[in-house]
Amino acid sequence: MEAATIERTERRMPAWVTGLAPLALLGLAIGLFVALGAPGLERNGAPVEELAVERTSLAPGEIELVVRNDGPDPVAISQVLVNDAFVTFEQSAGEMRRLDGNTIAVAYPWIEGEAYAVGLVTSTGGTVEHEIEAAAETPAADAGFYGLMGLIGLYVGIIPVAIGMLWLPWVRRIDERWIQFVLALTVGLLAFLGVDALLEGSEIAAGGAEAFGGAALVFLGAAAAYLGLAGVDGWLRARAHDDGTAAVGGRPGAAVAGASGSGVGAWRLAFLVALGVGLHNLGEGLAIGSAYAIGSLALGATLIVGFAIHNTTEGLAIVAPVGGERHRLRGMLPRLVGLGLLAGAPAILGAWIGASAFNPSVAALLFGVGAGAIAQVIVQIAPSIRDSSGRLLHPLAATGVLAGLVLMYATGLAISL
Amino acid sequence: MKELTRHKLSRRKLLGGAAGAAAALPLLHETVPHQGVHDTVAAAAGGDGGHAAGHAANRGLASGTVGSVDPAVNGFDPHNVLRDFDSGRVRREGGRTVREFEIVAEDREIEVAPGVKFAAWAYNGRVPGPTLRATEGDRVRITFVNASSHPHTMHFHGIHTARHDGVPQTGPGNIEPGHSFTYEFDARPFGIHLYHCHSMPLADHIAKGLYGAFVVDPKAGRADADELVMVMNGFDTNFDRGNEIYAVNTVAFAYHDRPIRVKRDELVRVYLVNITEFDLLNSFHVHANFFDWYPTGTKLEARDFTDTIVLGQGERGIAELRFPYTGRYMFHAHVTEFADLGWMGFFEVED
Repeated sequence: MEAATIERTERRMPAWVTGLAPLALLGLAIGLFVALGAPGLERNGAPVEELAVERTSLAPGEIELVVRNDGPDPVAISQVLVNDAFVTFEQSAGEMRRLDGNTIAVAYPWIEGEAYAVGLVTSTGGTVEHEIEAAAETPAADAGFYGLMGLIGLYVGIIPVAIGMLWLPWVRRIDERWIQFVLALTVGLLAFLGVDALLEGSEIAAGGAEAFGGAALVFLGAAAAYLGLAGVDGWLRARAHDDGTAAVGGRPGAAVAGASGSGVGAWRLAFLVALGVGLHNLGEGLAIGSAYAIGSLALGATLIVGFAIHNTTEGLAIVAPVGGERHRLRGMLPRLVGLGLLAGAPAILGAWIGASAFNPSVAALLFGVGAGAIAQVIVQIAPSIRDSSGRLLHPLAATGVLAGLVLMYATGLAISL
Repeated sequence: MKELTRHKLSRRKLLGGAAGAAAALPLLHETVPHQGVHDTVAAAAGGDGGHAAGHAANRGLASGTVGSVDPAVNGFDPHNVLRDFDSGRVRREGGRTVREFEIVAEDREIEVAPGVKFAAWAYNGRVPGPTLRATEGDRVRITFVNASSHPHTMHFHGIHTARHDGVPQTGPGNIEPGHSFTYEFDARPFGIHLYHCHSMPLADHIAKGLYGAFVVDPKAGRADADELVMVMNGFDTNFDRGNEIYAVNTVAFAYHDRPIRVKRDELVRVYLVNITEFDLLNSFHVHANFFDWYPTGTKLEARDFTDTIVLGQGERGIAELRFPYTGRYMFHAHVTEFADLGWMGFFEVED
């Protein structure tokens, strides 16, 4: 066929037809394949039975598991073992198809603090083991419980961030070069949190259904948050232009202007930092809440003190971009409170979700979101660190970043002691 | 015994990464749970009496499997297996009794606990295979047909020639699928014996269900009794070289959910065979009673008067007892883990 003929044929078809034709063919092929019973392909070997236990909750005399069929083949749970003994149980579903969920309620007189191995025996005789490493009653989700989770969120999220933001008067009085240093320090702090979120997310993802993506969810969440925040940033800049105010801080030429912190650019940067920190704290709250729900978290004074020290640095990160802001502090207060809440309050939300509806796959995604947001914030801050010759990692900046990493590491040690 | 891969206690993992890596591991020493016992006291007096409100679930553990196994689907009922003796087709040859049996090995899926299927190999479609019975000195002729997709044999415990020992290394060796062989020997000594497949790998051929009891009566016979065959077995349903399910005559909790009915003061004779694979020992314990114990049943005098005996793999014997009271009396493995996993039942003693 000659080239001219092809062109004529294509022109006769509307564009949308040529766009949909491959999809239609795909549908037809799949339909035929299924209708004919997958000709030429036969199941080789026994069915693959994979179950993920997504949630475990314990009430006096009862153990409840939420499981999901993580494998390609249907799974039916026929019997349940606890510590090598068959037990009576009830389940919410019969045969589970791929990705179907099932709630298994086992009547069992468990003893607080002891370890239990729950075995789910499938119809083929396969067993799926689930460990309860230290049995503890799952808190009832009542008002008092949500109040406690709120208090935890307040302690580990809002209060430390608010305290950290009290560095603002100091930041306002220091030399511009030192503001650059503090911003570099912020980058270090954030980088630490970002890496941390990736690792934590990956670890949590391992407990979820592999079919939902496992650790890939963390990176998916990170990419989504990065792109989403980039979009928010672009929208904020566009709006700033419409208002006739020169956007600063983002473009290389305006880097120093941003660092010296005047106008909308500085606040935009502070907002993005607060948003990134907030998304990260959502993940932190989630982890705390879920750990509390399964009774593995000690709500001691040392934990709270550790968090206070650790998260206080997040407050500094938020106010650093507005160090050059020349308005009166009193006038800035509402904005600062808003930023503090944006950064800290998600810890409360996270704790609520984590303690009442924890799902490893969702948690992994949220940790990824936190990491992606932080990466975007770092990219946003970076131009403000450039020196007059446009260098990014000049000695002062590099020292700042390193100092941030060390600070986070050191305050983290205070918690893990 | 079921091998639970009990992970090392990992509180790090358990914490779920609370609050970031650096922020994680808060005060792990404080996570040691409080003392406090929940619900270990079964409601012995019935109900939840005495427990504080809010602990309504304090009912102790109701053991056992959920649901029931349909004997019609399995093709055999543990309750029928108990009292089902196959004495063969009897004929006289040259003044002596000859008993002829036909045994067919086949691949068959059976249900070993409610809803739990097991790809078994079975003699005559049942696990355990038929209880073969002869009198000491009888000629026994067993035509073995292998309708399974794997080579098998029949190896009898008894005194016989090498050719008829049913091992792959002597006589006809493995009987290949579609082939048959007639094992022939004199029934001796008297006692309770067993037969099983001896193809390699041995543990697998036994664990999959190719075994049965072989009763040789003394010439003078034994006292009249309600005779029960109990083959203690186990099933490795997930191929981890350990049993997930234990039972007498295959179905977990079969006599727990439906007790064995016996008469008060009547002599009960239990032909007890241990063919459990993977575990070195199994045991038999009867509640509220004692029994005369005849190891392997080869002597007419009881060796012991006890309520618990322990048997190694392939060991067997005869327990004789009378129940003086009516009521429901438990019997189970005193390897208690097996009891929890299905090897537990009741005698229902009636007038």
